[in-house]
Amino acid sequence: MTTLPMEYGLTLAMVLFALGLVGVLVRRNLIFMLVSVEIMLNAAGLAFVTAGMRWGQPDGQIMFLFILTMAAAEVAVGLAIIVRLFRQENTIDADATSKMRG
Amino acid sequence: MNTVFFIAAGVAVISTLLVICHSNAVHALLYLIISFSAVAVIFYLMGAPFVAALEVIIYAGAIIVLFLFVVMMLNLGPVATAQEKAWLQPRMWIGPSILGAILLALTVSLLWRGAPTAAGGAEVGPRQVGAALFGVYLLAVQLAALLMLAGLVGASHLRRRELLPESETKTELLP
Repeated sequence: MTTLPMEYGLTLAMVLFALGLVGVLVRRNLIFMLVSVEIMLNAAGLAFVTAGMRWGQPDGQIMFLFILTMAAAEVAVGLAIIVRLFRQENTIDADATSKMRG
Repeated sequence: MNTVFFIAAGVAVISTLLVICHSNAVHALLYLIISFSAVAVIFYLMGAPFVAALEVIIYAGAIIVLFLFVVMMLNLGPVATAQEKAWLQPRMWIGPSILGAILLALTVSLLWRGAPTAAGGAEVGPRQVGAALFGVYLLAVQLAALLMLAGLVGASHLRRRELLPESETKTELLP
């Protein structure tokens, strides 16, 4: 098995992270913002796995598992908040949340 | 091997670009499945088959299905797509794209300063990952379980109160 330079994987992770960041900044739809956060978390996991494979240790993959767990919990709560906002305001515009009180 | 990596990386970047540019939510989520699958191929190339399987099963499977369920439950339709197109003016992209490009250029230039180092020489299989996960990181696994419980309680609490008055209107929507 030939080796892959670590810089390739890390560069791809940075490109994906930057794309997710631009997505969060540009979109106003809350679902797309959550999707972009998922892209950023996935890029962070890719960086962890790449760095773990640099040393041939399983620690990077374990951190990816924890990122996966965190992403799943975040998506569950975030989507519940989006559904609730849609029932109240009948929109998923991110600006609608500025009318919340308390 | 490098060729496979470049093909998979190109697929991942292009499909992610399509995700953040697309105005239809369902199509964007389908492109996101392709992006996650390409990242899974890269994980496999690096010698991490367990994580590659998890990427397909949980990210491309469970999380995207959750998104699709919510998008279809909200039933936004063509009105939302038209509204998305109205929001996505070309000039909205200028500022965020410049900021993202600056961040990307800085980090990549820092990364490529030294000589490239090899990674993924040996495969780290599920056996080693499991041994470390339930050995050294056992406390972190329990904390992750607590986090999942908190997510479950939070999601069910947010959905609970509105179910009672909405139940009649919901059944009318069904064919």
